[in-house]
Amino acid sequence: MHSLISKRAVVAGDPWVRLEGGAGDAPPATDLLVPLRTWLDARDRLLDRCGRVGVQLEPGDDPALLAGDVECLPLVAVHFPALTDGRGFSIGRLLRERHGYQGELRATGPLTRDALFYLARCGFDSFELREGEDPAAALSEFDAFEAVYQGAVDRGAPFDRRAPAAADAA
Amino acid sequence: MYQYDTIDRSLVRNRVDQFRRQTERFLSGALTEDEFRPLRLQNGLYVQRHAPMLRVAIPYGMLNATQLRRLAHIARTYDRGYGHFSTRQNIQFNWPALARVPDILGELAEVDMHAIQTSGNCIRNTTVDHLAGVAPDEVLNPLVYAELIRQWSTLHPEFAFLPRKFKIALSGSPEDRAAVMVHDIGLKAVFDYDGRPGFTVVVGGGLGRTPIIGHVVREFLPATHLLTYLDAILRVYNLHGRRDNKYKARIKILVKELGVAEFRRQVEHEWSFLEGGPGTLPPSEIARVDARFTRPAYRSLPQVSTGLERHLRDDAAFARWVARNVHPHRMSGYAAVTISLKKTGVPPGDITAAQMDGVADLAERCSFGELRVTHEQNLVLADVERDALFRLWTGLTALDLAAANRGLITNVIACPGGDFCSLANAVSIPVAAAIQQRFDDLDYLHDVGEVDLNISGCMNSCGHHHVGHIGILGVDKNGQEWYQISIGGRQGPDASLGKVIGPSFARADVPDVIERLVEVYLRERDSDAERFIDTVQRVGVEPFKRNVYALVDQ
Repeated sequence: MHSLISKRAVVAGDPWVRLEGGAGDAPPATDLLVPLRTWLDARDRLLDRCGRVGVQLEPGDDPALLAGDVECLPLVAVHFPALTDGRGFSIGRLLRERHGYQGELRATGPLTRDALFYLARCGFDSFELREGEDPAAALSEFDAFEAVYQGAVDRGAPFDRRAPAAADAA
Repeated sequence: MYQYDTIDRSLVRNRVDQFRRQTERFLSGALTEDEFRPLRLQNGLYVQRHAPMLRVAIPYGMLNATQLRRLAHIARTYDRGYGHFSTRQNIQFNWPALARVPDILGELAEVDMHAIQTSGNCIRNTTVDHLAGVAPDEVLNPLVYAELIRQWSTLHPEFAFLPRKFKIALSGSPEDRAAVMVHDIGLKAVFDYDGRPGFTVVVGGGLGRTPIIGHVVREFLPATHLLTYLDAILRVYNLHGRRDNKYKARIKILVKELGVAEFRRQVEHEWSFLEGGPGTLPPSEIARVDARFTRPAYRSLPQVSTGLERHLRDDAAFARWVARNVHPHRMSGYAAVTISLKKTGVPPGDITAAQMDGVADLAERCSFGELRVTHEQNLVLADVERDALFRLWTGLTALDLAAANRGLITNVIACPGGDFCSLANAVSIPVAAAIQQRFDDLDYLHDVGEVDLNISGCMNSCGHHHVGHIGILGVDKNGQEWYQISIGGRQGPDASLGKVIGPSFARADVPDVIERLVEVYLRERDSDAERFIDTVQRVGVEPFKRNVYALVDQ
């Protein structure tokens, strides 16, 4: 069973349940994570339930298809089949920076702590870690680097920080 | 050369600590082999035929004497007393122990060096014209932009796991000594009509299995937009490059499959969201990074050195070395000097720890304590007073580093090949040695003149055989090593890919074949001034082919 980190803390229980089958099978009161296709086909029906609904994106999915829905989704999850499939990093940034998504952005897949630093910079704020990975020990990896070069979701203007005062030669 | 600030240092040190933790987790079993692989690759660590291979980054090929001495120390302490300079201006150590790699990285960090992103499917070391900043033919000094790209690409959170490796090259001269036409992205630094600095952006070139000359995606990109435009190209590639087949995963295949026009449209569309955004380079940032480059304190010197003229008259070997290995310099009285790492019998690009120490001393005495690594696997001292050339040559001779063969056929570019690399089909280094031995008659060698000869041990083309005037590719035929020969490739502004002359040859025949090719050239050339490559271009491949295969048919 995977573990979960959210907002830089280990989360004991995950309220979100993945929907198996079609929208017609959706239990009414559960917080459901549904594939993009299901969401696009049955958006209104899913929203009419009293449980919340989130969307699971696969690496080949186009995040622009959620552009009109960012206000009503409390969770978007992006699947990483492996750390080496880096499409999800771009998807995360596009959701945050282009489409203005403000809800929970979760990275799913067989991830280890080694992904956390990059993922957080790309706008992810919750993370599934694969079975056997220690989530408490993983938390320090968010701070693996004291400084970075690029702007990203976590830091906009990359160049202000390095005004001459900050960059004196050691 | 660029001087690290506190941010550069903290980042490299943090990276060493991170990799130490990752190595410990791997050795304890907490990380699987598959999980550790991309992590170690992004720190330059391959698992090779004999042992791990560690590739250390030399950003755009620039090194100082202190750093070179540290590389010598690492070669002595953690390896077998030598290192190998690669065609990406990096250095490789072939025998480190995995458990000690974090210590090596720690030693590198102390002299502002690292192995970050020297392998793996990420943005690799950006390569630059090895005469940047000193070449008289340079339009725009590209070094500040090379450093800006280094910073932008280092630990870029979005582009650490691309479909495949990604290589950027940058040149500020119309001569293009950085091979910008055969890189994932090639940038030619230019001024526009209003005098603004910027770049012609070339995308989708490359060697490897599918050699392709790159396409111009944008004629002129103002320098201020450099990083946002790179972000746009990389994002299109990261999202849409093929991940189903590693042989089709480079950006050149995406450009080919989409077509240049559609690829350009997608990049420009992506860029329309990024243009003018927070990644835009303000002039103050370019100036800030520029100010962190030290500049050589050139003296005011006459162009002609009478001492040099006398030595040139008196010493034929020195004169030959000057003719081949010394290059013009934009400053009066100065020269740039190639130190050839292509002595016959020594694997191309190899250098011993003692030689590294010796070169570090010479760099301090003769060239402001700095040197550069070239993509031809040689070293360059970029700022030598012409009066000091004889002294330098004497010092290099004592180090056994005075081979006068820059640009000649014995200046072989070769990958490590099957002796070291687990990907190779065939050996490269013994083939290079056999060819060098065949051309060891100095008068003959200099009469033949400029020939780029490149050897790759497999289709991955680390020896850049496609752009050699003569290219040699190791192929596997029923478990045996064979060599396919091509001619007519070239790098530079008129880059072109060599044409295969016919069926491949057994290893023992390769020196004969090369000699036959050279015979045809000497017979066909219209004057001493026509180089091998020019003759191939003028008369075509056919006469060469006839002469070579006549040998086989006899």
